[in-house]
Formats: sequence, C-alpha cells, structure tokens
Amino acid sequence: MKTDIILCGVGGQGILSIATIIGEAAMNENLYIKQAEVHGMSQRGGDVQSNLRISSGPIASDLIPKGGADVIISMEPMEALRYLPYLNKEGWVITSSVPYVNIPNYPEIEDIKNALAKLPHVISIDIEQLAKDNLVPRSANVILLGAAQKALGIEYSKLEEAIRRVFARKGDAIVDANVKALAIGRQAQ
Amino acid sequence: MKKLLLGDEAIALGAIHAGLSGVYAYPGTPSTEITEFIQSNDLAKERGIHSRWCTNEKTAMEAALGMSFMGKRALVCMKHVGLNVCADPFVNSGMTGVNGGVVVLVADDPSMHSSQDEQDSRFYGKFALIPTFEPSSQQEAYDMMEVAFDYSEQQCLPVLMRVTTRMAHSRAVVVAKDEARPENEMNYNAAAANWVLLPANARRRNDKVTAQQAELEEDAATSSFNKFIRPIRPMNPMSPMGKHPLGVIASGIAYNYVKEAGVELPILKISQYPLPKRLVRELLDECEKVMVVEEGQPFIEEQVRGVFESQNILGRLTGELPRTGELTPDCVGEALGIPAHRAEIPSLVAARPPQLCQGCGHRDVYTALNEVLKEYENPRVFGDIGCYTLGFLPPYKAIHSCVDMGASITMAKGASDAGQWPAVAIIGDSTFTHSGMTGLLDAVNENADITVIISDNLTTAMTGGQDSAGTNKFEAICRGLGVADEHLHVVVPLPKNMPEITDIIRKEINYHGVSVIIPRRECIQTFKRHAKEKKTAANS
Repeated sequence: MKTDIILCGVGGQGILSIATIIGEAAMNENLYIKQAEVHGMSQRGGDVQSNLRISSGPIASDLIPKGGADVIISMEPMEALRYLPYLNKEGWVITSSVPYVNIPNYPEIEDIKNALAKLPHVISIDIEQLAKDNLVPRSANVILLGAAQKALGIEYSKLEEAIRRVFARKGDAIVDANVKALAIGRQAQ
Repeated sequence: MKKLLLGDEAIALGAIHAGLSGVYAYPGTPSTEITEFIQSNDLAKERGIHSRWCTNEKTAMEAALGMSFMGKRALVCMKHVGLNVCADPFVNSGMTGVNGGVVVLVADDPSMHSSQDEQDSRFYGKFALIPTFEPSSQQEAYDMMEVAFDYSEQQCLPVLMRVTTRMAHSRAVVVAKDEARPENEMNYNAAAANWVLLPANARRRNDKVTAQQAELEEDAATSSFNKFIRPIRPMNPMSPMGKHPLGVIASGIAYNYVKEAGVELPILKISQYPLPKRLVRELLDECEKVMVVEEGQPFIEEQVRGVFESQNILGRLTGELPRTGELTPDCVGEALGIPAHRAEIPSLVAARPPQLCQGCGHRDVYTALNEVLKEYENPRVFGDIGCYTLGFLPPYKAIHSCVDMGASITMAKGASDAGQWPAVAIIGDSTFTHSGMTGLLDAVNENADITVIISDNLTTAMTGGQDSAGTNKFEAICRGLGVADEHLHVVVPLPKNMPEITDIIRKEINYHGVSVIIPRRECIQTFKRHAKEKKTAANS
C-alpha cells in the first residue's frame, strides 16, 4: 500500500497532532513513513501544511509530487483548495467546512463551497459544531481524522490504538475525548 | 530500536549515541529542535551533557572549541545565517584544528521559509578547508554523526554537517543503536602551538591543513556515503560513443528527488566533501552529459564546470533546474524528462501571510509607536529579527528595515549620524543580547540621537519559546553600557497603558540622545503553555 496525504490548515489549528496519530499508527504497522512539517515563522497564523507519506515500500522524497496526493485533510475549507494541484484525479478531500477568517480579502464562502462541490470525492463537515455538541471541544481535529479513515486506508482500530498511545501521557479524560471524537468523525464518512 | 524522528532529532540522537559531551547553540529555524531534543533526552540528562542555550552562535562555537581542546566531543548547531555570526571562530577552528571531535551542524533554508537569504553553507566548509557532510535521509543523518565525530578526531579538524529545511523538519523511521558510546575522558594532549594562532604558528598550520586537502578528497571518494549507482536497465540507448546520454550528480536530499523520479540513469550520490573529482571523472567518462541536482546554490555544479567541459554540465546554471529556491520532486522530475503535472491553485484562494498572535505584546508596542510617529514628518523605524519583523505587514506597516541580528540599533545610529530624526530601533530581548548590546555601546559612546525599544517578551519567541539569555538583566545591561537612568523606562504593553506608553515614546524621541524603552510582557504562546503546565501539575 502507498498513501500520500496532505494535511493543511492555519497555523495553530492542530494539523501536526493529526499527523502524529497517523504516523504512530503507520509505524506500529511497520510501514515506511516520511512526514515533512512546517515550523518557524509560517506557524504564526499563516497557511501551514504537512506532507505525510506512508507506504509498505521505501519512500524516496519527503515531498509529494504534484498530482500525487491521495488525500487532502484540511482544517479549513479555503486551505483545502490551496493544495488541489497536489491531488490526484481520484483523490479525496476531507475538510472542515468552517472558514477561519483572519485576512481582509477572504473569499465568499459560497464560492469556496462551489469549488469544493466540483471535486469527485469530498467530505466537508462542521467539525467545530460537532465537537461542541458532543462535548469534545478540543478534539475537532480528531473528528476530521475519523472522517478521513477510509480514505487513508488505515483500519479504524489501528487509529484508535494510536490515539490511546499518543495521548496516554495526558490522562484518561483526554484519551477518551479523542477516541470519542474519532468515532464521531467515522459516522460522517 | 525504531523511532519516528525529525531529521533534527535523528542528528541529536546520533550525537548523544556518539559520546557527545556538550551541545552549544542559539535557536534558529530550522536547527532549533536538535538542541531541544538533547535538553529533554533522559540519557543526556543523566550524563549531564551541556545543552543550555548560548547567547549567540559565536559564543557557542567558541565554547565548543574549548570543550574540544579538553578532549571531549562537542556539537554546535545553528541556522545558516548563524554561521555568518560565528564565521571568525568557525574558519579559525580549521586553523587550530580540534582535539575532541567537533561537529558544526548548519541548517540551510533554501526558499527562505524563515530566513533572510538562501546562502549555502557548503561554501563555508570549502573556504575554511573543513570536511563537509550532507546527509540525504534521516537514517543517514543519525548514522553520520558518529562517523563525523570519529573523522573529526582522526583528521584533527572540525566537520561541517550541512542539512536543509526539508531534512531538518521531516520525520522518518530511524533505526537507532540501543547503547550510547561513553563520553571521551578529559584528555589534554593538544599541541599547544596549534592553538595559539600567532602568525608563525598559523602559517605552519595553514600549510598542514592545505596539504591535508588531497587526503580529505580521497577519503570522500572512498566514503560509504558517496555512491556511484549504475542503472540495471538504462532508460536511454547508448550514444554512438558508447556512453549514456545523461548521468546525474545528486547531493544530500536532492538525491531523494532523483530517486522519486524513478529514472534509470547512472547516478553519483554525494554526501561527503571535498568533492571527490575522481568519482566525477568516472561518471563523466561514462556519460555524454551530466545533470547536477543539488539543494541550495550551484556549489558542485560550479566546481565541476571548472574542471570538465562545461557545455556538458547541466543544472541550475543552465536553466534545466531553477536558479534559486528549494528543489521539489516536480522540478527535478521535469529536468530528468518526466512530464510535469500541470494544475493551478483555484484563483479564489487568497494568500494568508503569517501575523502577530492575538494578544501579543508586540502588537501593543506597534500601536503605540505608530500613534506617536504620526506626529513627525519623516520618522524611520529600524527593525530586527524576530516575531516583531511581522510589524512590516499590515495593519502596522511599522518598520523600514530588517537585515540581521542586532542591526536595528546600529542602523538607527548610522541613520542618525546621517541626519535622520526620529531614528527608532525596535529589537527583541533575545536578539538584543545576541548582537544588539555592542551596538548600543557604540550609540552610548557618541550619545547618538536614537530611541531604542527592546520589546521584551521574556523568551526567544519566533523559534518556539526558548530561554532568552538576558531575562531579568536588561535594565542592568543598559545601565552598565551607560544608558542614563532617566532615559531608561520599563512599561507593560497592554491597551490600558496606551497613554503612558505613548507619552514615554514621545518624550524620548524628543530627547536628543540615547534612550531605551523596555515594553515587557510575556509572549502569549509561552504564557498559554505555562498556564497549561501549571494546570496539569495541579491536576496530577
């Protein structure tokens, strides 16, 4: 198997936590992993992305070639569109539907919705509302991960185990909230 | 043991396992995580490996050299522009040589994700006659650390290890050793005359190190990190001369992009310098043309063009690859004949530049400064390196320069010397102790007509909140340098204090001499982190 994933959003939205969970699950399956992150200046409220590649064979490049990504997981709908040149023809876009408006020229949300609707495989969900309604307000990013589970080609139970390991140090309450968030996301697929 | 590690973390673990005794560094993207990893590593703590942040890269390089002098292994880490700051001890460490192994790890930032320029540190290695290593993967970075320390001791020279952003900040699974080598014992057997660079000693060392270059180049030719990979099923028919139409020289991480392209071509992978010209000659003997694929500036390409027929050398200088900017699998693939994937970002997507955080004290500083400067005809504000450089962008548009660490104060002074008024410098706390203090002394000695704002957020914020060397010492430092008490002010940058802050700024601009204003409030990011840590501690 080989899955190339672009994780994106706005600095501070928690895309690296999603990457950590997927990476943990993949490493536990003895898969090869490469994950290019963004640190430094661009984390300050700018657009951020991470290239995550998992494969049963060795991976050469840390970066995904254009037209090569199987999945875009985006914490923000306009940011999902920014990486479309990297998506392959049958690729999936799993995105939060909630705009993060911190620039004066943010486009009309209807235009963004229309652009997303033109793509063959899209899951667009209001993860923030879902997180609030289900009393897991800090785990919106893991809801998104749950919604991406099938597109990622990773078994649900493997992701859940990875969450348990990644959050173990933070205590049972946080583990439980994230496991619940993953299940909520799964329903949205 | 298998671990998922950033390139930076692989380097740090490799150094610990190689018997490191001290890491010396100033934070700088993309090198910061190396020192942070060592600071939090259990074995490093148990061994008492030195890992506290240094005031700047020059103090770091010199302390590492001192540790080496005593026989122990030291690592120095910095971003590429940090190598400019420590260029003096770095270049001269080639002249002194080393006793305990020294690895100088420099992380370059092609495409300038978080930097002012794209300089390629490999030129420094060549210039200083110092062997240079350039890993192509996280595993190689880990493995290379031990080899580099051994080689440094074997050759009695420091080793420069060069990585780029994409290697530093990309994770991969690394197989690490289960045990670390012991640290070196204190061992002062250095030839003292080597370490006293009086001209007579330095000339002797210069002859020695220059003569050593041929051996270093031959070592690179036989290094296991440099490989000549011949294609099993060549993708192109041989030329009438019986040669491959195209071969590739790929260095460091660029090698991965060539592999990604999946081309069956003769490839010379380079990860250790001086450039082994013998291997390059072999490749050229088998190929009509050679494409040089390297991250950064055309370092190998220029050397190869100087030695071989240049019309057959392709790369950044001939336009097959972009002249500047970070390489990608796309541009490397296209240069090697893989059809490009054409797709555009939808036109409605707007740029989203980084910005100062909501609640950041720098915001209040700029709000106050802009309000006061409206009252003057031609104010000039000299900025510096840090989060507050973002004050250039809307809505503040508050600074007119940003060049290098510490330049705000000295540039304001130079502008004032030229007749500029008001001349305001704005600099962060960590940048001030890094390289601003000496400039302030120049200003005080001439009582320059400048206003210096040290925007103190109690941390090195841009790189993620590392300790700042001058915390709690700024008033004492400024007084010690000769700033008059009545022109030294501390304020708390909050909206409610705006009248007080603007009054002080106005008064000090109108004072024709050196004044220093220190707005002090903790970085909002470290504040949140500290609050969280307190909460976690209270709950457990």
